[in-house]
Amino acid sequence: MQTDQVNLKKRAESAAEKKAAFGEDFKLDRFEEGSRVSKPIEDLQTLDEESKKTLLQVGVVPSEEGRSGSLLVLDNAVSHSSLRDKNVELMSTQKALKKYEWLKEYSWKLVAVDTDKYTAKTYLENADGYFIRAPAGKKSSLPVQTCLLLGSNKVFQTVHNIVVVEEGASLDIITGCTAKKGVEEGLHLGISEMYVKKGATLNFTMIHNWAEQIGVRPRTVVHVEEGGTYVSNYICLKPVRSVQMYPTVKLEGEGAVTRLNTIAIAHSGSELDLGSRAIFDASGTKAELISRTITIGGRIIARGEMIGNAKGAKGHLECKGLVLTDKGSQLAIPILEANVDDIELTHEAAVGKIAKDQVEYLMARGLTEDEAVGMIVRGFLDVGIRGIPEELRKEIENTIAQTAFGM
Amino acid sequence: MLKIEDLTVEVNGKNLLHDVNLEVKKGYTNVLFGPNGAGKSALMRTIMGFSEYRVVKGRILFNGEDITGLSVDERARLGLGIMMQRPPDMSGIKLRDLVKVLSKGQRDPEALAENLDMKRFLDRDVNVGFSGGEIKRSELLQLAVQSPSLYLLDEPESGVDLVSIEQVGMTIKGLLEEGLDCPGESCKKGKSALIITHTGQILDYVKADRGFILCNGTIMCSGNPLKMLEEIKSRGYEECIKCRLIK
Repeated sequence: MQTDQVNLKKRAESAAEKKAAFGEDFKLDRFEEGSRVSKPIEDLQTLDEESKKTLLQVGVVPSEEGRSGSLLVLDNAVSHSSLRDKNVELMSTQKALKKYEWLKEYSWKLVAVDTDKYTAKTYLENADGYFIRAPAGKKSSLPVQTCLLLGSNKVFQTVHNIVVVEEGASLDIITGCTAKKGVEEGLHLGISEMYVKKGATLNFTMIHNWAEQIGVRPRTVVHVEEGGTYVSNYICLKPVRSVQMYPTVKLEGEGAVTRLNTIAIAHSGSELDLGSRAIFDASGTKAELISRTITIGGRIIARGEMIGNAKGAKGHLECKGLVLTDKGSQLAIPILEANVDDIELTHEAAVGKIAKDQVEYLMARGLTEDEAVGMIVRGFLDVGIRGIPEELRKEIENTIAQTAFGM
Repeated sequence: MLKIEDLTVEVNGKNLLHDVNLEVKKGYTNVLFGPNGAGKSALMRTIMGFSEYRVVKGRILFNGEDITGLSVDERARLGLGIMMQRPPDMSGIKLRDLVKVLSKGQRDPEALAENLDMKRFLDRDVNVGFSGGEIKRSELLQLAVQSPSLYLLDEPESGVDLVSIEQVGMTIKGLLEEGLDCPGESCKKGKSALIITHTGQILDYVKADRGFILCNGTIMCSGNPLKMLEEIKSRGYEECIKCRLIK
């Protein structure tokens, strides 16, 4: 055990300067370390109105109504954790690692510490974050909400999350990642390791709402066992300096299924390098990677990769991008790899402007051009979040309605 | 109501219509006949104002106002409404939401859809995977909400099976007679329509007042629509030119 730790530390240290494979390279020493202590917030409703609004915009409900639990990470400190539903367990990662010896087997096992300087930094900082566990056979009827909040200017936040959905259990998570009003510059590094065990289901929804000079580097790997389902919805509709992520789902058990939906809008000055990767390591596994992105002046790189290593795997990758202004750009990079026979991987990619005939069709019904474009854009994004539970859908639709059209 | 004067239209620099003259009086239902490729749909889409159709000569008057330079939505708001033959797929837009937006929340999509047997389509994306008949019913559902004063109906019976034709025909009849207390009032209060038809089946349901034949991009003749239809059925459009001479 000890040697493991020493090895990890060595590997992390050797990767301290290692640039990430993609995206702008952020100099870590340009940022202060976010505070590791914070006054505990007993009740999210006691937050000031501005902060409550910030939370709501990323799907985090301060009243905690309709949620089975809440956890808030402010800069580098877990400042609130509350639980209403006994069918789920929620606490800070550090606390959980102390409580459960077995959790060591889940920590830094999916995400390699030396992936890049961001993972290395998060490891070396011994970052805290959220630990969520759905015990075997338990189903939480309401989602758990977590919020990763940057509360100070020019700091970096390191977060390490571990989610374990045990055999036959079912769990919904909404994670809102955002910055307090007035925080314009910063860096968010978020490691997430998720385990979906045999026959279990995890619906993970992540909403990003940052600010114009914030860099965001999530590193997520998901392990899905036999008959398990992992559904992810990622939404980023507001300005940000740079998001680069390439969440990877490893389908390790027979019949495991995943669907990753991405909807994003790139504003002027934003670079969104958003990938999704599915690795089919067991027979009969299935994946759908769907991305719907819009640029209104920023740059979007929509990556998608499916690697088929087992027979009977089926996957579909769909990247569709709208370019609404000459200043924006869209780059779609789909990759399909089949390493055995009896595999069906397909992709569909399209980038371009809104079809004029669609706009005029709605205009012929009396909608103005702006109304018609708005409706088409909403519809375009909507396709990216289909096939998810109704409750979450409504949540996301509200977010789109609230945020997308201040653009 | 609608008056078209010496209209010449190009698409991508190609002349599609020339010197077209046509009128639809208030409360009248006029029919546009013509062989494939004659320019019937182009004329209808030009009247609606779709941007690919460029008017190079002539003008379009609606209720006395020159609308030649108006955009599609401005024309729609003045009271023009079109039933398209091949509308685009509107991926992501549910029929229910479109109906809600068009009625500004004033009308219940369920009730309107009930009449057109379209309830199970309300949660489908508009036109995506719709059959010929479903497209017509969806178009009519949208028009029913829009409630224009002039209906431009591009082949309402094409691609519709024999059972659905009656439904489509009766719906159109109902829309055109909306607000009428007795048939005699149609000229004063009724809706106006210009209908493109190949088969004339729609005329079993809708009383047409005047027919026009469009050949090679221009109106060749006009007259009694039912007599014209008989002529076309027995002798085809070859008679187009002659017809013009005997007018």
